[in-house]
Amino acid sequence: MTLAQWLLGSVVFVPLAAALVAAVAPHRGFVVALPTAAAGCVATVALAVVVARSGPVAMMLGGWTEPVGIGLRADGMSVAFLATAAVVGLLVTVYASGWADARGGPFFWSLWLTMWAGLNAVFVAADLFNTYVALELVTVSGVGAVALGGARAAGAALRYLLLAVLGSLWFLLAVALLYAAAGSLALAQVSSRLAAEDGVTVAVAVTVATLGLGLKSALVPMHAWLPPAHAGAPSAVSPLMSALVIKASLFVLFRLWTTLPVDAALLIVSQAVGLLGCVAVVWGSVAALRQDKLKRVVAYSTVAQVGYFVLLVPLTAPALAEGAGAEARAVATLAVQGTIAFVVGHALAKTAMFTAAGCLLHSYGTDDLAALRGAASRHPVPVMAFGVASVALAGLPPALAFAGKWQLMTASLDGGQWWWLPVLVGGGLLTAAYSVRVLAVMFRAPDDGRADDCPAGPARMRWAALTAAVAAAVLGIGTSAAIGLSSTGVLGAAL
Amino acid sequence: MTGSLIPLAVLATSLIPGVVIFALPTDARRTRVAFNLAGAIGKVALVAALIPPAAAGARFEFHAPFVPGIDLVLRVEPFALYFLALSSVLWLLTTIYAIGYLGDGPNLNRFFGFFSLCVLATSGIALSGNLVTFVVFFELLTLVTYPLVVHEGNAAAVSGGRTYLAYTLTGGVLLLLGVVWLTASVGSVDFTDRGSPALRAFADQHPVAAISMFVLILAGLGVKAALFPLHGWLPRAMVAPAPVSALLHAVAVVKAGVFGVVLLVDYVYGVDLAEELGVLTPLAVLASVTIVYGSVQALRQDGLKARLAYSTVSQVSYVTLGVSVTSLLATTGGIAHIVNQGFMKITMFFCAGLFATVLGFSKVSELDGVGRRMPVTATAFTLAAVGMVGIPPLAGFLSKWYLASGAVDAGQGWVLAVLIISSLLNALYFFPIVYRLWWKRSTRSALTPVAGLEAAPSLVLPAATTALLTLGIGVVAGWTYSPLELARLITEGIYGQ
Repeated sequence: MTLAQWLLGSVVFVPLAAALVAAVAPHRGFVVALPTAAAGCVATVALAVVVARSGPVAMMLGGWTEPVGIGLRADGMSVAFLATAAVVGLLVTVYASGWADARGGPFFWSLWLTMWAGLNAVFVAADLFNTYVALELVTVSGVGAVALGGARAAGAALRYLLLAVLGSLWFLLAVALLYAAAGSLALAQVSSRLAAEDGVTVAVAVTVATLGLGLKSALVPMHAWLPPAHAGAPSAVSPLMSALVIKASLFVLFRLWTTLPVDAALLIVSQAVGLLGCVAVVWGSVAALRQDKLKRVVAYSTVAQVGYFVLLVPLTAPALAEGAGAEARAVATLAVQGTIAFVVGHALAKTAMFTAAGCLLHSYGTDDLAALRGAASRHPVPVMAFGVASVALAGLPPALAFAGKWQLMTASLDGGQWWWLPVLVGGGLLTAAYSVRVLAVMFRAPDDGRADDCPAGPARMRWAALTAAVAAAVLGIGTSAAIGLSSTGVLGAAL
Repeated sequence: MTGSLIPLAVLATSLIPGVVIFALPTDARRTRVAFNLAGAIGKVALVAALIPPAAAGARFEFHAPFVPGIDLVLRVEPFALYFLALSSVLWLLTTIYAIGYLGDGPNLNRFFGFFSLCVLATSGIALSGNLVTFVVFFELLTLVTYPLVVHEGNAAAVSGGRTYLAYTLTGGVLLLLGVVWLTASVGSVDFTDRGSPALRAFADQHPVAAISMFVLILAGLGVKAALFPLHGWLPRAMVAPAPVSALLHAVAVVKAGVFGVVLLVDYVYGVDLAEELGVLTPLAVLASVTIVYGSVQALRQDGLKARLAYSTVSQVSYVTLGVSVTSLLATTGGIAHIVNQGFMKITMFFCAGLFATVLGFSKVSELDGVGRRMPVTATAFTLAAVGMVGIPPLAGFLSKWYLASGAVDAGQGWVLAVLIISSLLNALYFFPIVYRLWWKRSTRSALTPVAGLEAAPSLVLPAATTALLTLGIGVVAGWTYSPLELARLITEGIYGQ
């Protein structure tokens, strides 16, 4: 095995081993999690360098070949998601160590490490059944983590569990259909073995899978479970749920829509998915404008942002249709790069927003917007983090999401699908609208009558929030190479 | 990343103070002032040193990749330096003024941090070598000015800030749409003296698309340039502290807008293509409407800052008018007005801030007899007002003279009428203030003359300096590196002469 293959295996198994240790010694969780997270960052960087130099990395666990063995594969998209999980994980680990209430309970550490192992397994899975298993691992640990929020979050956690399992079942049904048609679960084999007469099966399978994954990613109108779960979770869990957990099912959605063949029926489905995305952007943003609690504003904002991410589907679908030319492929490449930049930017920005909200919750004991008046003077660091993250989320320069927006706009224009443009640019305005509504309260001068009875939390919490925000807001500059890397080998599997 | 590091050094003189100030302890007043002044003085020195080589033809470029296939480009060239010189000199003076004006108030690290970032964004706009880079810094400017506008933290400030963002972010969306469309059609567009050749070839094939892109980008720029009917944010943003208003009106936001209009017309489309597409005459008409409308509105305001705000709406459109009349002289006049209006308007805002802090007067009708109590301030205001109206040899006269001669050259005599009407209106809304300052008597005890300087030197001296410079610009117009000569050099490049 090469070093790269070792790395590929380690990103799944090291967090899993760490989770076991943390489960045995829950009160030493931080001591286990911090080196694991740091090592994860280093491993991902190393893997990214390998993929940038010599293309996607693959390995078969135990040396068994497909279709029997378990295959792992990392291309540009995998590396981007792995890196996001590692960086967000490191920041949240540091953040969570600052305040016991942010963790909700001692089992936070083992749940988080299990979740991370599951996420990484999704990102490197080369076959559909493993994808399913890994998704379930993420769901179960996610539900457990939300439930750490105590009695308040129990109902939300239960609802999340039921709907996420339902989504997984739909996905499993799609996997079964594809297996029946192609006789393999390995994604590369599935796409190459499918024959023309399997068109209907593939169309049904991809549609069902899209529905299931859409439910797990809270795509409007299947989003109702998300705001209570994300807002009700403990302060250190919310960023993980928003930044990472929904990205697992989105990753699988992207994988399917960049690999499997697309026929006329699926082209229509792809446009419908894009349309749902547009509705999500508007619906989620308007709902965010009407919330009076900070964490719920941020949670509804996730519902809106998911709408952006699924715009990948209509923009890559034409490249997967029969007889697609180099031009459609170039558009798809732009769409993949743009969407990944959006997703990574969103993950960092949401980490910043939820951790900043957690800092304010720690100081004020509530996240009612009305209570946060004057926060900009009293707690400048979390407010700055929230503001900078808003800029990043709205896709304004120099944020990473701005580069993503640029690529997606270019893809829409080049691909002749100009109708996505209003949502791409208008969504940023809606994001700005609900962010400014929050910031305007915080920028008000504090009431003089009230004593300053809201001490700042531990410094590491504030700085973790600000670090995530600044990263999201400035990574649009100087990351051209990484943006190019993110699409490496993604469309290569099938074409 | 390749090329000269000089453009980065120019940005660093604002970025480093900005970031350091954010990180300072709240009570570190002296350190903060030291970083502010070091950055501001360093920038003026750097820019001054760059002017002679750039005027002689030297160019310094820096490239960094943005997304695969598109570069961010920073370039030192005469037009960039022209805007940089204006902003760096006025930033230095405004910094001194702001240090005095805000004293020991709350949230000063935040204020001066964003103040520096605001200048960073303005410098980036000036140095932009292509449209993508311009968009990046143009949007950044919107974002970093918001905390300055809402600095006071009262309901009016927060509401003004909301209006400001609503206008400018919407403008940003239109600008981005236009720029992405343009870039997707013809590739990344570099700013070139005679306009982009690739765009020219595209426009020959698709004139309607080329016009639509022009309109989209212009609408995006027009919000910041306060072109009627996109000017609504400017009077509302008056809630900001006086140094911020000064910066917004004279150096940063409004100027960035008209700077962009010049880039769009002369460096992206090129004056010939813009004329062939028939977009210049409507632009000239729009600018004229704005000029007259702003002046009429200014006449109706009793609030001093509100009157100055509408005056800005009017005055800044001289620049747009200058580039939309195709003649060497008119464009020279328009570009010269970027600097002239900057010095005159900043003087007036400094004075308005002085009247408000020293005497608590913020209305025109309260200014009776203030000249006896605050002679230096009142003199500075008078000089700027006379310059604005366009009486020789002050700065404003030169711009108007060139604009008028150019319009006659280009056979657009109607522009002359606009200029005359506008000057009359300028006189009608500025001279009553001057009259009240000096000739109206008031018995209020606050207006008894005091011995010594009328207010803190850090407030009076910047106002006096800019007022003298307003006079100086007109007097030294023949000097090699005078603003007028630089404007002429720039315009000759634009017209290929």
